[in-house]
Amino acid sequence: MKTTPTSRRDFLKTAATVGGGLWLGFNWYASEATPLPLTALDAAGLADAPLRFNSFLSIGSDGIITIFSPNPEVGQGIKTAFPIIVADELDADWSQVRVEQAPLDSKKFERQVSGGSGAIKHSWSRLRQAGATARQMLVATAASRWNVPATECTTSTGTVFHKASNRKLSYGELANDAAKQAVPTNVVLKDPKQFTLIGTSIPNVDNKPITMGKPLFGIDFYREGMLFAMVQRPPAFGLKLKSVDSSAAKAMSGITDVVSLKNGVAVVGKSTWAVKKAREKLKIEWEKISEAPLESTTDHDRLFKELLDKPGATVRRKDGDPDAAFASAARIIKAEYQCPLLPHSPLEPMNFFAHVRPDGVELIGSTQTPDRARGDTAKLLGIAPEKISVELTRMGGGFGRRLHSDYAVEAAEVSSLVKAPVKVIWTREDDMTGGSYRPACRYRFEAAIDAQNNVTGYRLRGVGINAGNPTREDNFPSGAIPNLLIDTHDIKSPVTTFPWRAPITNFLAFAEQSFLDEVATAVGKDPVQFRLDLLAQAKKSPVGAIKYEIDRMEAVIKLAAEKSNWGKNPAVKQGFSVYFSHNSYVAMVAEVVTENGKPVLQKIHAVGDCGVVINMSGAQQQMKGAAVDGLGHALYGKLTLKDGAPEQRNFDGFRLIRMNEIPEVEVHFVNNGKDPTGLGEPALPPTGPAVANAMFKATGVRFRSQPFVEQKGSVW
Amino acid sequence: MAKYTLQINGKRFQTEADPDTPLLWVLRDNLGLVGTKFGCGIAQCGACTIHLNGEATRACVLPVSAVGSAKVTTIEGLSANGDHPLQKAWQTVDVAQCGYCQAGQIMTAAALLKNNPKPTTEQIEAGMSGNICRCGTYHRIREAVALAAK
Repeated sequence: MKTTPTSRRDFLKTAATVGGGLWLGFNWYASEATPLPLTALDAAGLADAPLRFNSFLSIGSDGIITIFSPNPEVGQGIKTAFPIIVADELDADWSQVRVEQAPLDSKKFERQVSGGSGAIKHSWSRLRQAGATARQMLVATAASRWNVPATECTTSTGTVFHKASNRKLSYGELANDAAKQAVPTNVVLKDPKQFTLIGTSIPNVDNKPITMGKPLFGIDFYREGMLFAMVQRPPAFGLKLKSVDSSAAKAMSGITDVVSLKNGVAVVGKSTWAVKKAREKLKIEWEKISEAPLESTTDHDRLFKELLDKPGATVRRKDGDPDAAFASAARIIKAEYQCPLLPHSPLEPMNFFAHVRPDGVELIGSTQTPDRARGDTAKLLGIAPEKISVELTRMGGGFGRRLHSDYAVEAAEVSSLVKAPVKVIWTREDDMTGGSYRPACRYRFEAAIDAQNNVTGYRLRGVGINAGNPTREDNFPSGAIPNLLIDTHDIKSPVTTFPWRAPITNFLAFAEQSFLDEVATAVGKDPVQFRLDLLAQAKKSPVGAIKYEIDRMEAVIKLAAEKSNWGKNPAVKQGFSVYFSHNSYVAMVAEVVTENGKPVLQKIHAVGDCGVVINMSGAQQQMKGAAVDGLGHALYGKLTLKDGAPEQRNFDGFRLIRMNEIPEVEVHFVNNGKDPTGLGEPALPPTGPAVANAMFKATGVRFRSQPFVEQKGSVW
Repeated sequence: MAKYTLQINGKRFQTEADPDTPLLWVLRDNLGLVGTKFGCGIAQCGACTIHLNGEATRACVLPVSAVGSAKVTTIEGLSANGDHPLQKAWQTVDVAQCGYCQAGQIMTAAALLKNNPKPTTEQIEAGMSGNICRCGTYHRIREAVALAAK
């Protein structure tokens, strides 16, 4: 059987006990072998090393700088981006930086979450402070050794210099003494012009272990003696467990236990394949949770249409007198848009390791919200959260699915019942049929147009399945239109929904930016100029609260128009969109050309404003990846229900975009020096509408629903 | 359960498994070779791609009993130090986002380049389109394959 590699653990122990040096609580790791099991308890002990601050870096006497990355890495590049910020302020030699994933530790870290594209915005100042603090301590140490004023010292690539006397000391030579310094409180941060790493392209710190197939991901975790488990969950939404006959499953080879959970049956055994086969032998009776019929997508479609004809149950925003504007309109433009449920489909299916012991609980695996996994496990077991450690692994994607704690809590439930360390694994079918979907939504947009072709009124009504508020009422064009009403309905359903990359806006942006294109077309305006005119209106006569920065939205629109040579080449049919979400701005131009008589999506120009770009390579990746993701799900994504049961169960029935289907994507960033915001989500929402608007230009066919591939007139 | 002797990455491994166990789970659960990933279990995503006698093969649908004396190569056996031209190209181009699919992508690309050392862009796309990257890193995968083929 496999052995547990020990180099990382040994490295840390060595660093903690022998290396000495400067401990500031960060510990990041970038080198070759990155085996998994450093236990959370080990790392917590390590972080208790003598000198620590709010954020956490250590410098060994060998000059190696180790930094803990506290936030979960889901592919957004945070494990590379965070250290870049610290290292830049520290003036570290990047080749000497090692990055280590920190476990959950809410005493030492804040917001250990991968969600909402919020990590960089939240941590920017804190990380800079961590680097700058250490740098100042190193400088003070060198200055005192040389007996010169600290102000005469400079730093660069891991070395303090005193140029006047031509002396220098490496950070490694200074680390032990620097560690004894009092922590300064008057730390000066760099002028952004002095950044040397921030804004450059730095490869993902895990590139090498990823390309070598090292055990980085939750599903790769293994511990001697651990058992495997699969859970049979209800086959349809609205059903619950009634009874189970597990005798045949228990009799299968390699099976150690079959246990009933709150709403499922877990088969536990010695290998993944054994538990999968035995699970098929379970004889389970399910019963309905209520008298209501099991829901189908056709039921949702009918309800959506009925509710959109009724005034919204909740008014989200009202400006001016929308009724009067519509009553006096020269004409009204109206359109409805609808999206289906979507599973998240991270390529690593849900799985988690749990070991519930009398003295505490260990949780290890892929989670975007370790704190939620811990809290919900504590609730289930009726123990204090402090009794639970959570170790974070690299995640094989999340897209919001791993913000949920269900699969981690389930692992703890199974472990507590069988009193053994257990890894619960979901199959792809379990994952796709297991709920937590992007809610299906339907929107009705209306625009009142006066005799001079001005937009005088705007109404948006949204309805969704467990969507809460399916609108973002303060987004553009709110603020630019004098009379506006946004209201919503929500349908409560046993079909579970959850945030899906760029929650709500992943489709709302499509609906809104397509509708604005329809209005621009109807009033005979260029779509770019139409948006700029609305923004000018919002600037001149703002209506109600405006929660986006008009100048920044204008800037991405203008740069996208410039970079795409907007409107200049009649052979290229262009579609435009712009969207503000998660504090960043993205404008897109999609281009359709005719090849062999057929319209083909050739290119997408994407312009982002996320303030300062931390890692140019990673930022480009997020923009391109989000465009591919947004396009793929707009083209193909659809999950339907029949009598409560999902009709798509795996990647044969649920289509994901592939390499031969992608357009060229060209990315630019606005360089405005503003404090950085996130990029994990903001480029996804504007992709669908840019493509649909371009296709409309090319074919005259307007897509109002997704997936595009099923719409009349689709060229796909 | 039956006993199997498998030729993997130039070494012989003895293991016990039910004959219908997919090679994927023998690699992962029995032998600790977890670089080969589970994505779909029905040969749709390519995350489990290995080489069987040099040909790209989906380990998730290959029963261990069908492997026989065929030579199996997994991502762990592609190079000892992560310096296969494709691994180096992947690192240079900075391909990975989450990284979960990339071992399978590299194994598919390695078989592709073995059969066609200088593929055109269209040939790369045709050869790589059986592998899903949920993060959408396709542009850089294509670039990395082309770089390794140079």
